[in-house]
Parts: sequence; structure tokens; C-alpha cells
Amino acid sequence: MSDWRPGAELRAMRMRADLYARIRAFFHARNVLEVEVPLIGQTAASDPHINSIGADCADNSLYYLQSSPEYFMKRLLSAHGEAIYSLGKAFRREEAGGRHNPEFTMLEWYRPGFDEHVLMDEVECLIGGVLTLPSVQRVSYRALFLDKLGIDPHRAELKELKRKARAHTDIHWDDEDRDVWLDVLMTHCIEPSLGAGLVFVHDYPESQAALARVECDSTGTPVARRFEAYVGGVELANGYWELTDAEEQARRFEKDRSQRHRLGVAQVEADEKLLAAMRSGMPACAGVALGVDRLLMLMGAGDRIGDVLSFSFERL
Amino acid sequence: MGYSTSEFRSGLKVMLDGDPCSILENEFVKPGKGQAFNRVRLRNLKSGRVWDRTFKSGESLEGADVIEKDMEYLYNDGEFYHFMEPESFDQHQADMAAVGDTSKWLKEQDRCVVTLYNGSPLLVTAANHVELEIAETDPGLKGDTAQGGTKPATLTSGAVIKVPLFLETGEVVRVDTRTGEYLGRAKD
Repeated sequence: MSDWRPGAELRAMRMRADLYARIRAFFHARNVLEVEVPLIGQTAASDPHINSIGADCADNSLYYLQSSPEYFMKRLLSAHGEAIYSLGKAFRREEAGGRHNPEFTMLEWYRPGFDEHVLMDEVECLIGGVLTLPSVQRVSYRALFLDKLGIDPHRAELKELKRKARAHTDIHWDDEDRDVWLDVLMTHCIEPSLGAGLVFVHDYPESQAALARVECDSTGTPVARRFEAYVGGVELANGYWELTDAEEQARRFEKDRSQRHRLGVAQVEADEKLLAAMRSGMPACAGVALGVDRLLMLMGAGDRIGDVLSFSFERL
Repeated sequence: MGYSTSEFRSGLKVMLDGDPCSILENEFVKPGKGQAFNRVRLRNLKSGRVWDRTFKSGESLEGADVIEKDMEYLYNDGEFYHFMEPESFDQHQADMAAVGDTSKWLKEQDRCVVTLYNGSPLLVTAANHVELEIAETDPGLKGDTAQGGTKPATLTSGAVIKVPLFLETGEVVRVDTRTGEYLGRAKD
């Protein structure tokens, strides 16, 4: 039996250890405090497309492995107001493939006083310190769709989005949710054409705001103050100018609930402790989560996520 | 029984649009906050067509009653090719559509792989390496073994391949049926 062996070669494991040391030095030099937060929580992320893994911790109670440290970190921010980062594991159900593993390493940090554009500068510094970037670009979600596909993602009619998506890929299902079609176009048409450099995509459709603030852009369109960082077409980091309004947060939980109902996925309770923390005063800040395993892949440690993990899901 | 997108593996046989298909690749694609998809590369086992289809993660497909069996090629009666399962001696007849281009590699008593769909031959695949006799080629050039030159040779099964200049009609050669590449003289 030879499948007891790890997927990562020693070289990849050394690169990982070195990367962790560099990340910690980066934040130490910037006075960003490393924090530990639980991997197990009583609630799970409400995002309709993120499903958490249950943890059987005690009789008659439900716990979840956390899909990100976000809720706990926001409670820390509300309590202390300090710039913080966490380098640790996150868990997502049913996500396995060349770039996904149900258990992965996430670097997440929050910067009081920053907005998403200032945070992009810092993300660029961190990534640029470990990768050679042939180019760095910032482009709005709208400009990207106009450039690559000739459509305005905020205004195009649903049938136009479907037509474009079906012209590029063989799809035999239907959906009345615009975002599903925008996701098809983003993943199938746009991501592969983003090139080798670092590309920040910002100003997402309001419907994809997740936990970001929504404000009108220069054309008067409400957009989510959120960004994604891509390197070589690989989605590497997702950042927000964070929502701090607890009542708006409660409405987003409710909206996620109705969408989860529509999708037929398990419901999760709104995190009341997060809402209470936000009501007590969460500082204005920007935050970002970065996939560390993918960063290692881009650094040349491996082509597939299984090459940079000691034991990926298929080797358990 | 049905298979969900997360169970799609290379080699899995599924029914799609009424035809049996073989999954070649399955790539999980998901924006961090968005809908998950599986981009799946399939081969239609009837037409041979290979293409990519995008599923929503969690969709499922029925399995196809397709099995691959090692069989011995017996003979061709002008309309059908006949094969036999070596253990049970069960015989199967395959039409030209199932045999297709593979016919040019078939030699009586050779082993090959017959794909059965609902019990009937759907596809015949030659062994990766076969040994076949040269039926016709230009006369050999003695002493030219060092040169890299080649010439066409017609094999007894009908295939035309490129062989080194020194080979003669009547010699038996090893060929890779996937590429049509000459591998060497058969060792007898």
C-alpha cells in the first residue's frame, strides 16, 4: 500500500513553513496582532453558497467548523479595535477539486481606518513580497465585463446574461438568479483571460455584497465595496470595506435565509453575538481573506492544491 | 443509480441526452462567494464526440449500463465482427459502427477490449500494442539502419504505418494502436 504517503513533497512543505514565517514578519513589522480564534462555533456563515461542516461536540447541541474566522474576528475588533490577523484553517463542505479542499489554510486580516482601496495596497505589498508580479491592475467589475464581454453586469437583462453564458459553455439547466449567470461568465470566460499579473476586481453588484458596504459609484449605481484579488486567473483573496451597521447586518442575515430556503440548503441561525458586538460598536475597517494554499501553488509549490497539502481530502 | 457531480470520476459511465458517455475530466469551479459548478469533459461513447458541459454542483446523472470486457477477436463475416469472452466462451457480434477505425488493427485471435452497452457491443478498442505482419512495402534498403528515414508499409490488418527503410514485406512489427507509431520488430 503506497497511498499512505503525503501529497506534498518536502520542498513544498519547506516553502509553506517559509511563507508562514514571512507572513508573520510582514504583520509584525506593521503592528498587526496575530490572534487565535476558535475553529468551532455555535453558528455558521450565512452565505447562501457556503456550507459549513457540522461538529459533533456535545449532546443535543449543534456546532460547526468555521468556514472563516470572520465572525470571531469581528467580535474581537468590536471589543478591542486593534488591527488583527489570523493564520489558520477554515472548512467548507463539498468543496474539493484542483483549487479547493474542504479544509484549507486562510489568512484573514482587519485594518481599522482602512477602506478597501487602502487595503488593496497592503494586499499588493504582501503578495508582491512573495511572488514576482508582471503587472498590477485595478478594474471595476463593470469595466471588466464591458471589456471582456461587452455587457454591463449591473444593467444587462437576464436573458442577455443567459445568452452570453450559453454561447460560451454547454449548459442545460436554467436559473432566474442573475448572479448565477454572472458567476458562470466570471469563472468560465473572464477568469481564464485575466493574465499572469495581479488583478484587483472591485465594485461588485449589490446582490453580491455579502458583508461589504454598499454605496453608489460615480454612475449612481449601488455597488458593493468589495474586491477580489486574482493572480494568473486564480482567485486568491476577497476583501471588503466592512459593513458595521448591525441593523443592515441583520437584514443581510434575513436575505441569506430566504436565499438558502430558495436553494434548498440547510438553514443556519443568525449569529446574535456578532450582531450584539456590532451594536456595541465595531470600528470602521476593511478586511480581507487570502487562500494560503493557492498562494503556495502560485509560488510554484504545486499545480494542484493536493500538491501543497500534506494530506488532501482524497488522501485522508 | 445516480451519481452526483462530486462523484464524477474519470472513467465513470453516465447517461446524458439519452446516450452513454464516459467522463474524462471533472473540474470543480467556484467563486468564493458564488455558485459552485462542475466543468465536465465527456466522451459520447456512441459518436466518439468529446465536449465540455457545465453542471451546477450537486446535479446528478444516471449511471450507464456500460462495461468493458477483454475479448478475443474471432472473424469478420462481411457484415459483423465476432468476438468471444475467453472464460465463458460467450460470443458477441459487433457492427461496423461499433468497430469503426479499430478494424484496421484487428487480427484473428488477438485480444481487444469490447465495450458493452446494455449487453451489446458499443465500441471495440484494440490492445495498446499489437504485433502485425507487413503485407506490402517497398523493398528494404540494407545497411541503412542508422538513418532515420521511413517509408509507408501496409499491414495485413489494413493499417498503413511508417516503418524504417530496412524492413521487408513479411516481417512482423510491433505498433502502438493509439498513435499508429512503429515500436520495433516483433521478437519471435
